[in-house]
Parts: sequence; structure tokens; C-alpha cells
Amino acid sequence: MKQFAILSALLLASAATAQDAPPPLEVNVVGGTNAVTAIAVPAMPTPAPVDTAAGPTAALGRQVAEVIASDLRSTGLFTPLGPDGIGTYRAAEASAPAYATWRSAGAAQLVTGYVEAGADGRITVACYIHDVAAGRELAHQGFTVAATDWRRAAHKCADTVYSRLSGETGFLDTRVVYVAETGPKNNRTKRIAIMDSDGSNHRYLTLGDATVTTPRFSPTGDKLVYMTTAGRRPRVMLMDVASGTARSLVPGLVLTFAPRFSPDGRTVVFSMAKNGRTGIYTVSTAGGPPRRLTDSIGADTSPSYSPDGSRIVFESDRGGTQQLYVMNPDGSGQKRISFGGGRYASPMWSPRGDLIAFTKISGNFRIGIMSPSGGGEKILTDAWQDEEPSWAPNGRFVMFNRIRQGASGQTSLYAVDINGGNPRRLPTPQDGSDPSWSPLQR
Amino acid sequence: MRKTLSLTPVNLIMIAALLATGACARRDKAVTTTPPPVAQTPTTNEDDVGLVELPGSQADLIAKAGTDTIHFATDKSDVDAQSRSILAAQAKWMMANPSVRASLEGHADERGTREYNMALGERRANAARDFLVAQGVPSARLLVTSWGKEKPIAVGSDESAWAQNRRAVTVVVK
Repeated sequence: MKQFAILSALLLASAATAQDAPPPLEVNVVGGTNAVTAIAVPAMPTPAPVDTAAGPTAALGRQVAEVIASDLRSTGLFTPLGPDGIGTYRAAEASAPAYATWRSAGAAQLVTGYVEAGADGRITVACYIHDVAAGRELAHQGFTVAATDWRRAAHKCADTVYSRLSGETGFLDTRVVYVAETGPKNNRTKRIAIMDSDGSNHRYLTLGDATVTTPRFSPTGDKLVYMTTAGRRPRVMLMDVASGTARSLVPGLVLTFAPRFSPDGRTVVFSMAKNGRTGIYTVSTAGGPPRRLTDSIGADTSPSYSPDGSRIVFESDRGGTQQLYVMNPDGSGQKRISFGGGRYASPMWSPRGDLIAFTKISGNFRIGIMSPSGGGEKILTDAWQDEEPSWAPNGRFVMFNRIRQGASGQTSLYAVDINGGNPRRLPTPQDGSDPSWSPLQR
Repeated sequence: MRKTLSLTPVNLIMIAALLATGACARRDKAVTTTPPPVAQTPTTNEDDVGLVELPGSQADLIAKAGTDTIHFATDKSDVDAQSRSILAAQAKWMMANPSVRASLEGHADERGTREYNMALGERRANAARDFLVAQGVPSARLLVTSWGKEKPIAVGSDESAWAQNRRAVTVVVK
């Protein structure tokens, strides 16, 4: 388990700042278009050059700045300047940069810091955020990691910047699990793969011998549930991410699919199909018999818990077409919430609890959001087929897969800001589908 | 694509090695790829019935019944008149070949969402099963499964491709 030693809690720079009202949102969202802020991210210096397991500290300082700049760009809220083509500074200046210089470089904000090697093979990445116009530090924090985990320290620094300047919780030090796809559309090989949310540290968790779909992280990020067709039928599996070992959650000759964890990680809610009907069930991750929550004449599937565990949203075609319903976690109180035109599918409750993301089917598939009572519907994407929404842990972005029309079957991962803007494609080595965003790593 | 699904540990290790090689060859410069865990064993338990396909029997079923596949209307699982005559011929074949079982495998086209299509595929396979049982095939010889939209036959995004993909296939198994 990687642990970060937090050298200093997120500190406001001065007593004067501490007396201010809560930090204003320095990023404005107007009419669905983000006003982007120019933020300078120069290469981080090192107080003393040392060769670490991940290379010289001076080189790491540049790489850390590159990751921070890339992370900040991916939020859609910033235009990073640097690390190339922007000035440098000395380690001693990280806490007191020459503001006038950065002001004339066109930066509204500035990220400084340094990379320092410890005696134990670890490095410390110091991270400072400055308001260049006001000429003051906004926050600073330090992260100590194994030298080879330098990317995590960079993501943590970027999360600190994003959080301080947007007022949102960070989401950059996260991972994504998804289905890597290769081969022709009528003979796909599908493997579960895991990567950092910027595409680095990519690896495969299944071998491709059986078709797998819909991996989803546990609330602690160390386990997955997914569907496999090994044994010639759909089955819900529970996998330990670190070891890659998996076991069937519901024994017997049954067809199970559409799994998602409960917020406490102890229960999995899923669908089971039998005799032409598909109902929603729960099962303990420790084992035991499944418990039935719904038994309609139609197909009830894609169940997703609210973050407090008090409700479950799901889709059902009991009324003739796929629509969204909510119910209590024991299956009582089932109530339809979607009433717009078209069909509604694959709902996912936001980790903030305030929204439900879904796939809207009206010929094409689009990703949308609505409130848990069904109001405020907003469609976020427009392509041939966008489906399988998954929330960032801060409830601000939705990741999904975009399938290209036609014989290629090409599919890619995208993320979209719920406040609008163009979806951003995530880099994957091959085609990707069915993303699940991890919780923020600790 | 039909093949035997029982894999020996030796086969699995070879597959793992092949996959690892493929992964390296395809590695994107910007992405660090570590090999998959090689020692990983797929979960098995007594419910993994290890259905073995019987290509010879499958060919015989197709020869006698005309086809192993029936088709469905969009988002429907009703067995139409044409499908009923196909299934009646399949039932006859099943009764004449009492030593085999059949896996009824439902599929959906790409215009449904992934999880809904698993349910739809089961509905279609179940409709075929019910008809075969009504024709006298013992239900103990019939298994039902769904592939959702995971195994299309036709790759296009047009009505002709979708019509081919909305299907239930009778797969003869031991």
C-alpha cells in the first residue's frame, strides 16, 4: 500500500488569508463554457541533485511539472504555460517567487515547488500555488513517495491546485479500469485493463480467454466486480485488483450480470435472468445466497446505489420501454423517475448524491444527467453511441465509451464536464469500453 | 466461432505468453505496459459444466433442420411462424439424438445498451427453449444463455446487419 506522508496540511499562506471568506471560485463557468485560466507550471528545481531509482532529481522536477501541466489541462479549467518555454527559478524561491516576472509572462496563477531526495530512496515533492496578480501564496503541501512513484506525487500536487482554485474535490490521483478491445467487430477479444486516469501505468487484469464486460471498482478501489462469459454464460465475478484472482459471486447454473458495489463495499447489486425475466438481486461479497429485490415481468437491470446507500436507481422495461426507477435498498417503494421522450438506460448515481447519469436512447445513445427525482434533465454528449457512464469521484466529470458507427466497431473512452464543454478522449493502447473511475487514492 | 472451452493450465500459460508478447508489440510509447499476471487461473467450480461443442452433431442438426438459428424483430422475443417451423425441425433432431444437449444462446443487435441486451438475449433464448420443450424435448437437455450484443455475426450498422444479429442459436453440446 502506497502511503503519502503529508508534510504539511493544506495551509493558507498567512493569517490575513485565513481570515478571508472561503476562497472564491477563481474559475468561472458561464453558459456551459469554462473560462480558462493561464497557469504557469515551470520545471521544478532540486535543492541538491541526486540520482534516484527513477532518475536524477533535476530530471524528475521537469517530469513532475509536465504531469501537473497535463493534469491541469485535462480539467478543462486551465491553460498551462510550461514547463517548456517558460522561465525557471531556484528551489529557495519556490515559496517566494518573483511575481512580477511571472505576471509579465502572462500567468494568472503559478505552481512552484521542488524535488528533494531523502536518504531512504524516497523523494519529497513540494508543491506551492500562487496568485500571481495578487502576489501571494494560496496554499502549499508536500508529498513524500518512493522515487518510482513520482507520478503519484505530481497527481497529488495537481489535485491540490485544482481543488484550491476550483473549490471542487480533487480527482486526478485516480485510476480507471476498463475493457480493452482488439480484433474485428465480430470476433472481439476483451480484457479488463487498469491504468492511472492519465493513461500511464497501464496493465491487463484478465487474459482475453473469455469475453468480459462492465468492470466496476469497489468503494476502496482494491476490488472489482465484472461480468465474464467463461463457461458459456454471463456471470458476475469479484476480483482482487492486487493479485488478479477472481471468484464467482453467485454459484449455480444461473445467468448474472450488471454488478455494482454498495457504498460500504460489502454488498453487490446485480441482475439475474431466468425464464425470460430479469430481476435485481443483492449478494454479500462474503458469499451466501442472493436476495431478490425486484420481480417484474420485464427486464430490470443496471442497478446503482446512492452514495448514502439509502436508494437504488435501476432501469426497467416493465412499462413497455426502458425507463429509470428508484427504490429502497430492500426493493420496496419502486417509483419511475424518467418521463422525457425516448428510452433511458444504464443509470449511475453520482458520488455526491445530487445527480444520476444515464444513457438516453433515441436512435443514437447520448449521456445525460438528471436529479434523483427525475428533474433537470441535461444531455451532455452528441454522437452515434455514447454509453456506460461512470462518475469521477468528485461528481464533476462523467466518463463513458463512444462507439463509432459501422464495421470497425471502434470504441474509445471519453470524459465530459457536467457543466458542459467538449468531451475529452482518454488515451488507451487499444480500443476501450466500459470505464469505471476509481475513488481518490490515499 | 466455435471451439472447445475447456482449457488446460498449460494452454493458459501459452495464451498468457502470447498475450504478453502481443501487448509488448502493440505498446504505445506514451503508455507503460506491464505484463499481465501470468499465474492467474480463471475461476472454476463445479458449475463450470465445461460445455464441449460437437461440430459433427452441429453440422447434422443444420443439415436436418435447415439452420441452427432463428431471428427476431427489433427488441422482441416473439417466435414467428418461420422460426416455429425451424424449431420444430430442431426438436425432432434433438429427440432423434438423445445423447446430446443443446445450449440455446440468445443475441441482440448493437442498438440496445450492454446490460439490457444481456436480458434481451436471455428472453430470446428462453422463448426458443420454451418452444422446444412444448415440442417434447426434455427441459433437462436444454440450457439457456445470453451473449447480449457481445458476439455479432454481421459487422455493419444497418438494418440488414442488425436483423442477422438478433438471433437465438441452438448449439449442440455434450
